[in-house]
Formats: sequence, C-alpha cells, structure tokens
Amino acid sequence: MHIPDGYLSPSTCAATFAMAAPFWYVASRKVKAQLHTKLVPLMAVVSAFSFVVMMFNLPLPGGTTGHAVGLAVAAIVLGPWAAVLSISIALLIQAVFFGDGGITAIGANCFNMAIVGPFVAYAVYQVIAGRSALTSVRRVVAAGVAGYVGINMAALIAAIAFGLQPMLFHDTTGAPLYAPYPLSIAVPAMMIGHLTIAGIAEAVAAAGLVAVLQRYEPELLDLTASRHVAERGWGQTRGLWFGLGLFMLLSPLGLLAAGTAWGEWGAEDFADPAVRQEIAAASGNVAPPAAVPAGLERLSGVWSAPIPDYAPAFLKDERLGYILSAVMGSGLVLLVFVGFGALRDRRSQSA
Amino acid sequence: MEDPAYGVCTCRGKKRRGLLESLIFGLIGADTHSLEAETTSALPGLLQGVDPRLKLVSLLALIVAAVSTQRLTVLAALFLLAVGLAVVSQIRLARLVRQVWIGVFLFSGVIVLPALVLVPGETIAHLPLFGWPITLQGLRSASFVIGRAETAATLSLLLVLTTPWPHVLKALRSLGMPAAVVAILGMTHRYIFVLMQSALQMAEARQSRLMAPLDGPARRRLMLTMIGMLLSRTLTLGTEVHAAMIARGYRGEVRLLDEFRTRPSDWAFLLATLAVAATILGGRL
Repeated sequence: MHIPDGYLSPSTCAATFAMAAPFWYVASRKVKAQLHTKLVPLMAVVSAFSFVVMMFNLPLPGGTTGHAVGLAVAAIVLGPWAAVLSISIALLIQAVFFGDGGITAIGANCFNMAIVGPFVAYAVYQVIAGRSALTSVRRVVAAGVAGYVGINMAALIAAIAFGLQPMLFHDTTGAPLYAPYPLSIAVPAMMIGHLTIAGIAEAVAAAGLVAVLQRYEPELLDLTASRHVAERGWGQTRGLWFGLGLFMLLSPLGLLAAGTAWGEWGAEDFADPAVRQEIAAASGNVAPPAAVPAGLERLSGVWSAPIPDYAPAFLKDERLGYILSAVMGSGLVLLVFVGFGALRDRRSQSA
Repeated sequence: MEDPAYGVCTCRGKKRRGLLESLIFGLIGADTHSLEAETTSALPGLLQGVDPRLKLVSLLALIVAAVSTQRLTVLAALFLLAVGLAVVSQIRLARLVRQVWIGVFLFSGVIVLPALVLVPGETIAHLPLFGWPITLQGLRSASFVIGRAETAATLSLLLVLTTPWPHVLKALRSLGMPAAVVAILGMTHRYIFVLMQSALQMAEARQSRLMAPLDGPARRRLMLTMIGMLLSRTLTLGTEVHAAMIARGYRGEVRLLDEFRTRPSDWAFLLATLAVAATILGGRL
C-alpha cells in the first residue's frame, strides 16, 4: 500500500498533497482544540505507536500472515481527526527515515491510508456499533468490518491513482511514464490482494484489538463511543425508569388516603362544612377563618388548572385520571430537562 | 506446517522464523538502521559537510527531477549522480545494495514485470517458453518505474545516512513546516525507539515463557494482546510525557533552536543541484 517514488506523476503527487492539505489543517485545529497542551506529546507517542504497530505480523486464518496499517484501530480509539494526524506523521517518518513509501508520494500515501481509510473505517464502525455497550460483541464485529472496508477503500483510491497514470502520461514512443497498468488491470490487481490478505489482516487487527481492549482497558474505547447513549441513558438508568413507571401505576393509591393535605386548600373549601371540619382536625382543632382569606380569594382566580384534582374531565375513572396525570406531569418535567440539556449541549459545542 | 510461534523451525527442510523471532528481528533491524545512520552521518564526507537545510532542498530537487524526467538516459545519469554522491560521502555501495537496490528492484520488479507483455506496442522479442510478445513500450515503462524508484530511494537514503534526524527536522522547520509538526516529528522519532524497546521486551518475555508451539488462534491472540498492551502503555506514556513537559514550563508554544550557519561551499552545492534539476524540469528532458 505504501506507494514508492516513481509510480505517480509529479502532478498526481501535487494533486494528492492538495487534497490532503485541508484535512491536515482541519485535523490539526480540531485535535489542538481537543488536546490543548497535550497535542504534541500525545500525537508523538501515538504516531510512534502507529509506526511500531505496522511491524507486527499477524497470523491470519488460512495459515498466512500479514501486517495491518492500524487505520481502523487509530480511528476507533482516537477518533478520525487524531488518526489523520498520527498516521500521517508515522507515514512521513517511514518515508523519510526508513525509505518505506516515496517522499514525493507522501501526499498520496497519507490521503489513502491516513485520511480515506480512517474516515471510512470510523463511519462503518459507528454505523454498525450503533448504541451498543462498550463491551458488546457488536463492537468487535463493527471494528473488524470497519478495518476491512477502510483498508479496501484506501487500496481502491490508490488503484485508481495507478490506473489513471497510463491514460495521462506517456513518452514519445507511447510508453507509460509511471505506473503502467490501466484501470482495468490496476484495480483488480490491487483489490485482489487487499480483499484477501491485507483486508483480513486489518480486520483481524481491528476486531482483535477491540476485543482485547474490551477485556483489559474498555475505557480506551469510550472516546469515540459518545453515541453509546444506550449504555448511559438506558443501561445505567434502566432501574430508575422502571421505578418511575411503577410509581405512576401506584399513584391511585393516593385516593385511599384519608383527611386533607394541610395548607393545600382552595377558596371553595372554606364554604364546605365537611372540609372545614377536616381543616380544623388537621390544624389541632383550630377553626379556619369564617370567610375566605382576601389574598387567597384574589389570587385563586389567576390560574385555572387544566386537570384539577388529578381528574381529567373526560375520564370517568378516578384511578385512570391519577395515572394519566402522573404520566403527563412526569413527561412535562422530563421535557423541560431534555430542553435544558439540548440547550447546554449546543452552547458547549459553539464554545 | 504452520509458522512456529517461537524459535527457528525447520519446516519441510526450510528454516523459518517464528512470529516472535520475526518481530524481534524486525525491531532490532529498525534500531540498527537508526544506529548506522547516526554513524554514517558523522563521517567526513561531502554530503555530511553540507548545511542540512540546503542539502534537503538539493536532494528534494534531484528526487523531483528523477520523478519528472521523460528520458531513460537522464534517469540513468541521475542514478549515477546519486551513486557518485554516495561514494564521495563515504557511504559504502554494499550498504546501498543491501538497503535499497535489491529491495526496490524485487518489489518494483514483481509489480512491473507483467508490463513487458501487457503494455501494447512494438514487439521486440518473445518471452521464452510462453512466446508472449515483449513490447518496447512495456520495457521502457518498466525501466522508468524501476529507475525512478531506485534513484529516488537512493537519494532519500543519502539524506538520512548523512544527516542526523534532529538536523533533518530543523531543515524542515526552516522550509516552513509548522513548529508543532516539527516537534511532533522529533518526539515521534524518539518514542518510536522507546516503544520498539517496549515491544522487544514484551516479545522476549513472552518468548521465554513459551513451552510449546501455539496453534493459529493462540498465536493471533498473542500478537493482538501485545499490540493492545503496547497501545495502553503508549497512552500512559503520552500522559506522563505531557505531565513532564508541563512541569518543565511547557504551555503549548513550541520553540526550536536553529544554530545552522551556511558556508559558500553549501551554496555552491545547492546551486549545482538546482541547476541540474532546473535543466531537467525546464528542458522537459
């Protein structure tokens, strides 16, 4: 996958540099905003890891071996933008210091392996992993598929770049000046190797590494699993939701209560002899005022409750009225907090 | 017979390294490459004496010229120029043969060999046994690819073998590369060897505890667990390095020292190489 010098024309190399440059710029901005002073040390050690991990040869099913680029792993653990930077740095050092990949082809290699591969892998991982728990098998499968698709997309872009060369660049005798095979040969030739050995190596590396991290360091998978709302929202609060539902169903128990709720009297209660007796009983046998207090009378008309006494007018059954009131009341409270949460998220994103 | 997990196995009469041995040999090889580069960069040769910034520009210009030329004769001349630079810089040709020429020839050769018969054009010979026509255009195309790859790789290696890595980084900085990127490149280079050492120790520790060959899934688990642990150590290392940098006053601003001084001979070398590159590029040679 590391394209050496001489396979791509200088104009192709320049074009791939130009295509990669905006990604490098945005990646550096985003990662710096995320990491602040940690940018330099963390990117340095992660880039070093990206370099070293390419030296690990993995045994593959079928008896062969292959080494992975680690593009899916980097995207899953660090996110796609940090993966862009770390893999690009690793590729740059590989090209300049170790001669693996051409210096003029650094832009093409970075575009394929540090940009297309990680972004595709990240998208596939997120789609398949969805809102599953950090330790679910689904994430292992998602990582494997992400690695496989990511490396093959990177290979496809490289193959297309190869295949375009003989169409565009010839010498005076008609001989191709760079990669000599047209798209009809370059694409299948490149893809056969990647759909089989290299793709499986990347899939094994990504799936296996996610499985290892799930077992030993699951928190490392947390950064890009921001969408595991299910685990935070449902998995951890499942008991609370069940409890809330149970209390709603039990809310008609309030009908069994005798007496009156002290202080929760309406203006009309002062004119009802039975209620006056209850008020007196609840107040240490102190008789309530003969007339409705002036302030209470004045303010009682300000607001009319839509469901007075938890009994909607359209429901004959008091118990159903209580349950419906509980559902509506809880729902309104939840809506208010969801609204506040969304407002807070929007503010934190814009900050 | 599957690859052994450890040791050197004589499988069907062929000696084969186990996975851990391959990893250990690879890690040691990379380490050796770095040590050798440091040694050769201290030799009193022509390229070692050139200012790193001007040398970087010069060698990059020659690489671009090699990739751009449309004549095999010019490509051959550039290759000879690279060999000449190696000789006057006290880089042994045996090293170039071992580190570049054989590897590049085998890699590119396998890729472009079919081009001899697949690229349409004027038939100049037939492939023995098969009788397939070898075309002039196919031969020229294969020669271009191999020649460019060999020449560019030789020039790249000359840069690394004659320039300490910190000087390469400072040269990149002087060419406008952002200071943060240069700092990351420098630290990455350092921590590559730290992590390689860590990986080496893990491989040796695991190797010393293996009592019998492992089956395929077990070998796969072995390598993946090592990579996972290496990632965990990497992130811990990143946090520790960050804390150490903060403790020493780092606040996110990267400052690099640049103490290079150019001499007239450096400028002469730059002008000579730029003249060669400009002639090739400008003259469309």
